[in-house]
Amino acid sequence: MKLQQISIFLENRSGRLAHVTKVLGDAGINLLALALADSSDFGILRLIVSDVDKARQLLQDHGVVSTVTDVLAVEIANRPGGLASLLAIIEAAGVNVEYMYAFAEASTGRAALIFRFDDNAKALAGLQKAGVNVLKQVDLG
Amino acid sequence: MQDDLFLKDFLDRDSLRSLQLQRMRATFERVYQRVPFYREAFAKAGVTPGDLRTLDDLHRFPFTVKTDLRDHYPFGLFAAELSEVVRIHASSGTTGKPIVVGYTREDIDLWSEVMARTFHSIGITREDVVQNAYGYGLFTGGLGAHYGLERVGCTVIPMSGGQTEKQLMVLRDFGATAICSTPSYFVHLIEEAAKAGFSLRDTKLRKGIFGAEPWSEEMRRRIQTESGISAFDIYGLSEVIGPGVSCDCEAKCGMHIFEDHFYPEIINPATGEVLPPGSEGELVFTMITKRALPLLRYRTRDITSLHYEKCACGRTLVRMAKVMRRSDDMLIVRGVNLFPSQIESVLLDIEGVQPHYLLVLTRDGALDNLEVRVEVQPEVFSDEIKVMEGLQRRIHDKIKQLLGLSAKITLVEPGAIERSAGKAKRVLDQRKSL
Repeated sequence: MKLQQISIFLENRSGRLAHVTKVLGDAGINLLALALADSSDFGILRLIVSDVDKARQLLQDHGVVSTVTDVLAVEIANRPGGLASLLAIIEAAGVNVEYMYAFAEASTGRAALIFRFDDNAKALAGLQKAGVNVLKQVDLG
Repeated sequence: MQDDLFLKDFLDRDSLRSLQLQRMRATFERVYQRVPFYREAFAKAGVTPGDLRTLDDLHRFPFTVKTDLRDHYPFGLFAAELSEVVRIHASSGTTGKPIVVGYTREDIDLWSEVMARTFHSIGITREDVVQNAYGYGLFTGGLGAHYGLERVGCTVIPMSGGQTEKQLMVLRDFGATAICSTPSYFVHLIEEAAKAGFSLRDTKLRKGIFGAEPWSEEMRRRIQTESGISAFDIYGLSEVIGPGVSCDCEAKCGMHIFEDHFYPEIINPATGEVLPPGSEGELVFTMITKRALPLLRYRTRDITSLHYEKCACGRTLVRMAKVMRRSDDMLIVRGVNLFPSQIESVLLDIEGVQPHYLLVLTRDGALDNLEVRVEVQPEVFSDEIKVMEGLQRRIHDKIKQLLGLSAKITLVEPGAIERSAGKAKRVLDQRKSL
């Protein structure tokens, strides 16, 4: 149920995001979901990609610092209040959200959230118990 | 006051040289008896104290370098028992451990004497109210200047460094006529006074004694124009004694070295060869009167030249040119001595791998800023911002703890710092000369 996310260190300099996405794009790696977190002087790009191992190797070959992290992808109803009711379930499960990001598929009307919890296993158990659809892969097409 | 105290500044050169030789021979004998390091160094060089028959024999004796102090940390080069030592000071060393220096009661008297002669040579008298903005503590500046000022009989205000608002209040309210600080801090005071709506020209301040970092003649002109004071350069280092090694006189044509205590030589830093008067080279000192830590032929790494012509002020003491360069990679940031290797050891300690880093020095107004750019290694990278910010904070805090400097820590991608074929470039100094 856990998905592998690639996290990439980006320094605060123009062209760095473009460089990394071009390296992956040129190799035919599709970006399924992404989020960019930033502090005052650096950023961390978080990606769900079509081929984790290939992407990792490419990044390493290009001298890009990255790490792989387990995350959970959760499908929610794409309507007002959808996130709020999901977060209530998470709170009830007694876990904390380290970070999260969302994406939606316009053609199908489906939406999903990527979560990194302080305790992924405990979160997964809680979500499944509440009947939430935890995705095996991020492909809402 | 003790007018004979200042007579030494005007001795004829022959009498001075004979006094130097007599003091140097006694010190060599004493150091040889008391400090195993020197006994071994002399043996290795094939000399004994008896080989010092004239001052020209000095070149046969071995040098002392900063790492010798580190290797014998903390008290290993002391020539006096700790029971005779009444004071310890320290400055930042090359690898985390400070360079420790000690003073006997006689050394403190000698230090007060040279500092009193310093103030006397720029016309400071017991009528002066002097604000001492050098840091008090392990740093030699604060207490060194303090004792000299008291010896002269001035009214001393022991402000220490920092607390700019309070400095300005005291300066105005107490009517300070002279101030001791780093030159960059004094420029900061000028600027802060202007922001507070007044000029130092409208205070009683007339003289400034500035040291602990290099500064140029342009900086002197700027300070004098903007504050209306007369600005004097003072030179010293804790391994010799602290401030009071040499100082400008009112003629401002080089700093007179108190060479009846600190015997100077200029050497070629590459070969160690002694260079003739007037040549530019590395300044070397032999402490011929100190008791606790009389280092012999100590290499300062400061590049300057020595001038023996008689000065317009009448003093016969040799003058040294302003120090603007060094023969090693030491940086001076806000008056703090800093070696790139110190930052390297902090990074190595925190990251656990050999760091790639660059120190970037800039100047904001008159104050130095230190930025440490460090490449993020895969070993320390995390997907969480807070973990990476924690890394930045740990590096910042460790540097602050070690050097007392607050550095900006910038994390950069691997390869972002330029690699050169030979020695890595560790420093980018973008400061305009002061």
